[in-house]
Amino acid sequence: MRRILIISALALFAGAILLPSALLEASPLAPDPNGCNTGTIQDVQAAIPGKPTIEELGAVVGHNKISINIVWALVAGFLVMFMQPGFAMVETGLTRAKNAAHTMAMNFLVYPLGMLSFYVCGFALMFGGLGAISTMGGYAGLNHEFTINLFGKPFGLFGTKGFFLSGSSYDVAVFALFLFQMVFMDTTATIPTGALAERWKFLAFCIYACFVGTIIYPIFGNWVWGGGWLAMLGQNFHLGHGHADFAGSSVVHMCGGVIALVGAWIIGPRLGKFNKDGSANAIPGHNIPMAVIGTFILAFGWFGFNAGSTLAGTDLRIAVVAVNTMLASAAGAVAATIWMWIVRTKKPDPSMMCNGMLAGLVAITAPCAFVNSISACVIGLIAGILVVESVYFIEGKLKLDDPVGAISVHGVNGAWGCLALGIFADGSYGDGWNGVAGTVKGLLYGDPSQFAAQCIGITANFIYVGLISLIVFKLIDVVIGHRPDPMAEIEGLDIPEMGVVGYSGIKMDKHSETPISI
Amino acid sequence: MKKIEAIIRPTKLDAVRRALEEAGCPGITITEVEGHGKQKGMVQQWRGKEYKVALLSKVKVEVVLKDGDVKRIVNAITDAAKTGDIGDGKIFISPVEDAVRIRTAEQGDIAI
Repeated sequence: MRRILIISALALFAGAILLPSALLEASPLAPDPNGCNTGTIQDVQAAIPGKPTIEELGAVVGHNKISINIVWALVAGFLVMFMQPGFAMVETGLTRAKNAAHTMAMNFLVYPLGMLSFYVCGFALMFGGLGAISTMGGYAGLNHEFTINLFGKPFGLFGTKGFFLSGSSYDVAVFALFLFQMVFMDTTATIPTGALAERWKFLAFCIYACFVGTIIYPIFGNWVWGGGWLAMLGQNFHLGHGHADFAGSSVVHMCGGVIALVGAWIIGPRLGKFNKDGSANAIPGHNIPMAVIGTFILAFGWFGFNAGSTLAGTDLRIAVVAVNTMLASAAGAVAATIWMWIVRTKKPDPSMMCNGMLAGLVAITAPCAFVNSISACVIGLIAGILVVESVYFIEGKLKLDDPVGAISVHGVNGAWGCLALGIFADGSYGDGWNGVAGTVKGLLYGDPSQFAAQCIGITANFIYVGLISLIVFKLIDVVIGHRPDPMAEIEGLDIPEMGVVGYSGIKMDKHSETPISI
Repeated sequence: MKKIEAIIRPTKLDAVRRALEEAGCPGITITEVEGHGKQKGMVQQWRGKEYKVALLSKVKVEVVLKDGDVKRIVNAITDAAKTGDIGDGKIFISPVEDAVRIRTAEQGDIAI
């Protein structure tokens, strides 16, 4: 009986393999193992199959070009989405085990909360006045910008089309743009959770997340990417190409960094972080391997972040963008490592290595499309040193508690990235950027006005984002308060705030303790 | 009958265990413990900032012996656990009144 079963099973298996190949050989279409013959003129839609007219051919070429662009933007957006676990791992790894569930949960929930907020109104405020989405077919349904007149020039402040992606926004190009821009916004939203980790009421965080997605991020984003006044500085005031930020050193990272700065200031340091004389205590994180893996995930996602920002797979500058991105990340990591090893503590600190790589990535984000490879290395190198010194400065001089270095990585280096564009842009790219003829050139290549536009951009970022987040944090403070009960903070926020522990059945070691302020 | 309590480096546990086996030590009990000696812990670094770890991880090895074996076993432990650096640990020796083997209810040296 058993033998019959085995024989019939073997017969079925052989049949399954042989039958399709026998059928295929009989059909007119031969298999194409090397792919050279797949896709022919027969695949061009034409009234007479195989004999398309030039118009029919052109339609397919155009459709294919836009398809490549939209698919590129979507795939790049998927990569950027994957930066969320990267942030979660860096932030949780660099904080204590007793808060692991709380820190992870903030990094998790910021994604859905931010997304829905951006869907409701953030996207409309940011891109509602964008006009034609040129690389995605030129659809111009996002066509209304709220504008005021100053100095006889229009100052675009926010868009007003695209709420809930409904009506005239029900379009593939708009949806693709939404996906790509949504994950950028969520990057901003998740930056401050690192700086404010281990001492933040979960409800206060949730309300903050909604504000980032609806107002804080979209308004500044509109000014730079939505056709607002910073983008128009070139057209209106002949300042280079206006404030240029290719992939978001200021729009995404500096924005997140400034929110983190204000947040860390308003909610105050973790218990035990500072002594009465102002000196700081070290509060070691619990999982360096997690932080390192998270950093690699971020570096991987960053290819989508920067190269995707062409919004066009047919713009082959993406090769330069991607290589500049990886070079700056390497230079940043090596610079931070050497700086710690030789100048600071005499040890090649792994957490600073990670911060250095991220700093290089943040700094190259604005200039990645406009600079050559040597400039990319220099930008990364400076970023790596800047981030270490900034971490010391923020803790030692400003007396702010930033457990993961978010203010230094994203805020300081976001600003540096924007300035770097204004210095190193070499004039090989960006013809017609922000509606200004000619390529983008920095200080070293003969256009000081571009540098001026970059300075105005980061100043506006600091003032606007600083003020609005101050208002938001104060508002939350008054209504529900930011800090959990001190006993809850000492025991760890996992049980009091989340109801579960991050690591069940594991004895917390002495590193999870709260230092005593003396 | 004597009890030897040796506080040693966790990294030296295996060497000490082997040395005791070779010296014919009847049995050992170990406990993971934390503590500090004269130096009161040690300094570590986190993101460029030094901090003090007051209690260090150590292993406590306990053995109970006939009076005549003490010197030999103490030497075996000292040889195996010594690195010459601060933090090698300490050995304490104290008298034990009696011992009972649970399985047979034997008492005294024979029960060890």
